Amino acid sequence: MSNPQQRKQQMSVLDRLQRYLPQLVVAPPFLLLVFFVYGFIAWTGFISLTNSRMLPTFDFQGIQQYVRLLAMDRWNVAFHNLLIFGSLYILFSITIGCVLAVLLDQRIRAEGALRTIYLYPMAISFIVTGTAWKWTLNPSLGIESYMQKLGWESFQFDWIVNRDMAIYVVVLAAVWQASGFVMALFLSALRTVDEDIIRAAHLDGASTTRIYFGIILPSLRPVFLSAFVILAHLSIKSFDLVVALTNGGPGYSSTLPANFMYEMAFRRNQIGLGAASAMMMLATVAAIIVPYLYSELRAKRHG
Amino acid sequence: MANPKTLPGANGKRYLFGRLFIWTLLLAAAVLYLGPIYVVLSTSLKDLAEIRAGALLDLPHELNFTAWREAWSSACIGVRCEGLRPYFLNSVIMSVPSVAISTLIGALSGYALSLFRFRGANIIFALMLFGCFIPFQIVILPMAQTLGYLGIANSITGLIVVHTIYGISFTTLFFRNYYVSVPQELVRAATMDGAGFFRIFWHIMLPLSVPIIVVSVIWQFTQVWNEFLFGASFTSGGSQPVTVALNNLINSTTSVKQYNVDMAAALIAAAPTLVVYIIAGRFFVRGLTAGAVKG
Amino acid sequence: MGSPRLSLVALAVLFGSITAQAATTAEVLHFWTSGGEARAALSLKQAFEARGGVWDDAPVAGGGGDAMAAVLRARALAQVPPSVAQIKGQNIQEWAEIGSLQGLNTIAQQQNWDELLPDLLKETVQYQGNYVAVPLNIHRVDWIWANPKVLDKVGVTPPQTWDEFNEVADKIKAAGIIPLAHGGQPWQDVTLFEVVLLGIGGADFYKKVYLDLDQDALRSKTMIKVFDQMRKLSTYVDPGAPGREWNLATAMVMRGEAAMQIMGDWAKAEFLTAGLKYGEDFICVSSPSKGGYIINSDSFAMFKVSDPEQKAGQQLMASMLLDEEVQKDFNLLKGSIPARLGVSLDGFDECAMKSSEDLLLNEARNTVVGSIAHELVQSGAVRGAFLDVVTEHFNTDMSSQEAVNQLAETVILAD
Repeated sequence: MSNPQQRKQQMSVLDRLQRYLPQLVVAPPFLLLVFFVYGFIAWTGFISLTNSRMLPTFDFQGIQQYVRLLAMDRWNVAFHNLLIFGSLYILFSITIGCVLAVLLDQRIRAEGALRTIYLYPMAISFIVTGTAWKWTLNPSLGIESYMQKLGWESFQFDWIVNRDMAIYVVVLAAVWQASGFVMALFLSALRTVDEDIIRAAHLDGASTTRIYFGIILPSLRPVFLSAFVILAHLSIKSFDLVVALTNGGPGYSSTLPANFMYEMAFRRNQIGLGAASAMMMLATVAAIIVPYLYSELRAKRHG
Repeated sequence: MANPKTLPGANGKRYLFGRLFIWTLLLAAAVLYLGPIYVVLSTSLKDLAEIRAGALLDLPHELNFTAWREAWSSACIGVRCEGLRPYFLNSVIMSVPSVAISTLIGALSGYALSLFRFRGANIIFALMLFGCFIPFQIVILPMAQTLGYLGIANSITGLIVVHTIYGISFTTLFFRNYYVSVPQELVRAATMDGAGFFRIFWHIMLPLSVPIIVVSVIWQFTQVWNEFLFGASFTSGGSQPVTVALNNLINSTTSVKQYNVDMAAALIAAAPTLVVYIIAGRFFVRGLTAGAVKG
Repeated sequence: MGSPRLSLVALAVLFGSITAQAATTAEVLHFWTSGGEARAALSLKQAFEARGGVWDDAPVAGGGGDAMAAVLRARALAQVPPSVAQIKGQNIQEWAEIGSLQGLNTIAQQQNWDELLPDLLKETVQYQGNYVAVPLNIHRVDWIWANPKVLDKVGVTPPQTWDEFNEVADKIKAAGIIPLAHGGQPWQDVTLFEVVLLGIGGADFYKKVYLDLDQDALRSKTMIKVFDQMRKLSTYVDPGAPGREWNLATAMVMRGEAAMQIMGDWAKAEFLTAGLKYGEDFICVSSPSKGGYIINSDSFAMFKVSDPEQKAGQQLMASMLLDEEVQKDFNLLKGSIPARLGVSLDGFDECAMKSSEDLLLNEARNTVVGSIAHELVQSGAVRGAFLDVVTEHFNTDMSSQEAVNQLAETVILAD
């Protein structure tokens, strides 16, 4: 049926196929992402340069949407909120997460239970988190009135309805949710620190505090960086928490860019403007992520 | 283990104070972390009169599961009074396939990218990785149109596709970084023995991968189950996932706001991921140690 | 056996299942999720089902329709719009402009809508002279809903002017009761704003600001007075207002925690749903103004769909909505008055009667004006500009002058 030469040819085709299998396996998901990430980014970028209102149209208009965007008070509030929210969220989540991890690392007997307690908020959706905190903080039946009924008449915690403070409520709920996750990151990294170095430091008479600040924490630099990147992009993506917690209010004092985009593109018949705001969000993310990816991959190539 | 235990012979009193200090901090944190869930749980078990009385932090007088029953099967969203049950099922139908498929794809492409360092593998990886970080606002308009072209707009199938695609970036990251630490010799030796690409994957890599599969499944399940933006934009009416239905339920009020039903509904919506974290959280943390989020 | 009767049964079953599948269906996207609204929607559903249709309910809660607009947009982008959507005013015009809406002229001619509908409603449901939507009702926005027991206790009567309003509110506040029940959501803030705008500026000024976006009017002294009054109102609201749904504010008036609410007459549906009585438990007075009537109207628009069942459903829906019985049942529950002329108001309450009288009176004077808060006039972008500035002013200590400047500027930007 098949002479040896033919079989050899078949083999070589199979061989070649075998050699390119890794590429062939990666190709479909890669192409999917090229289309659904980069293709879509290009599309949105193009729409942001048009006069699209109800539905996407293709009448090109230049950067006018961006000009309008930057002139809108609402956008400026949203972007300013992002800076406040992002920096506090990252700062507190990392600090609290790191402290908890170090404390848990001290041979705590109930570590498993405590870890689960700190970590569980991460399992909950932003919608549920928002609902829970909204209820806890509502001024008429929440913690404020509870404290006042207990006799602490002057107790005030009305952030959620106070336009200057509402964004900090979003920070509070977001930190509550993410700090346990950061704790888990640090804890797993702490477990990989070489114990010999620490023992040696101890023998040299260094105190526990100094060992942590001098040796262990600096060695966790990559974890700080990962946590930073994860939290930074989560803060830019933040949308549902605001929806459930304050719905952007009072007024629009607690809106974030993600909410702004949704409002414009979906509710106010301004798809072009929405697309422009989405591009601004992307630019913000890219400013953080691209250098990070670049340095990571370069480091890998060297290492 | 990085446990610089205080040296024996160190000042005993100081050691004791240190322990006391650590425990105080840890327990205080635990109380703060548990606070909101306690408030939600106890509110869901109270009746409205008790809630109105304003004793937020008090235990319920008696365990009253009416609110739970109502939230599950009879609370009204619009003229539909079926509770969260149908939407909960939607979320189940949505998350199971998208978690399974994206994990499988991620495992395969992570394997190909890490152990067969073909030319351009790093660039491809970087390009795929960027998908983890994009704000979804940037894809939502074209996605709505694309789902229409594919004929799966306004359906759970559409959401499965969306979640699978945007999950690939994460799962690829997990598996790629996990497999990077697998010695290449292992693959080389297996190749010498005549094992092919898929054979190695199936017989050698997969058995090694349990920790990272756990991480990937937990992560993806949490993401998909909890997702709101896509659900709210791409579905309406009967095909909404539970997060969207919950938000609708809480915002659709009769003149008497049933806080207890709202809270019970929130807990129902959160239950599956909570259970997963409580049962498998340990493996999640362990899996992270295995290198999942290093990269 | 092959009995002929059996195969007949089988055939009947088969036929039955076919007809059941080929049912006239309408997917109805709406935002009627409060108690009173849901009851009104249910009456439409029942009427539709009684006529052999299948009502596929798609409610989207929240934000007075803002959330629904998002779903509608995504569905339209995907080219699978719902067959029936509860949209109104300028949104009808904008959707019709891009060709998304089904023309309804055939049914309109058959049922002679030209005769049935008041002129001002015709304008909102027609695009370039063609019917593209069906109006369901006429709501009045400029109402004050008050708890008479609370007013009696404090010893005040419903105010006739805004100065009186402030006096009354101060007395109520001094008695330890919240003067104004309010929910701090942008559309509710603008509801207050337009009621004050009509009250202080009058109907002509209202039109200049709202319809013409006239810069002189927008920057005038009268506008400053309007914002001054808004500032006053913001002090009569309790601190828990932000984010509150409107019907929870209505409930505060019911329970006597608050004395008054400024809201359209859908609030009445909440009182009635709760089993309360006009005169005893609640009263309605038109808000202080020198004449004028702010109108809001719900309507159903039919989006272009290809599915024949949905198309049939649209036809059935469009031909049903202006039926006398349907109109009466729906509007009794919704708190509004019928959209079509010639429906007797037997069985309607005093507020509806007054609404109907005032409507005719103001129509004659040409002082019926459309609401921006409820999307009857102006594009989404301009409405958004009003929402932004009014809300920002109401929730901060922004000065009236600053609000006036900002409004005048953002309105140009949005237009």
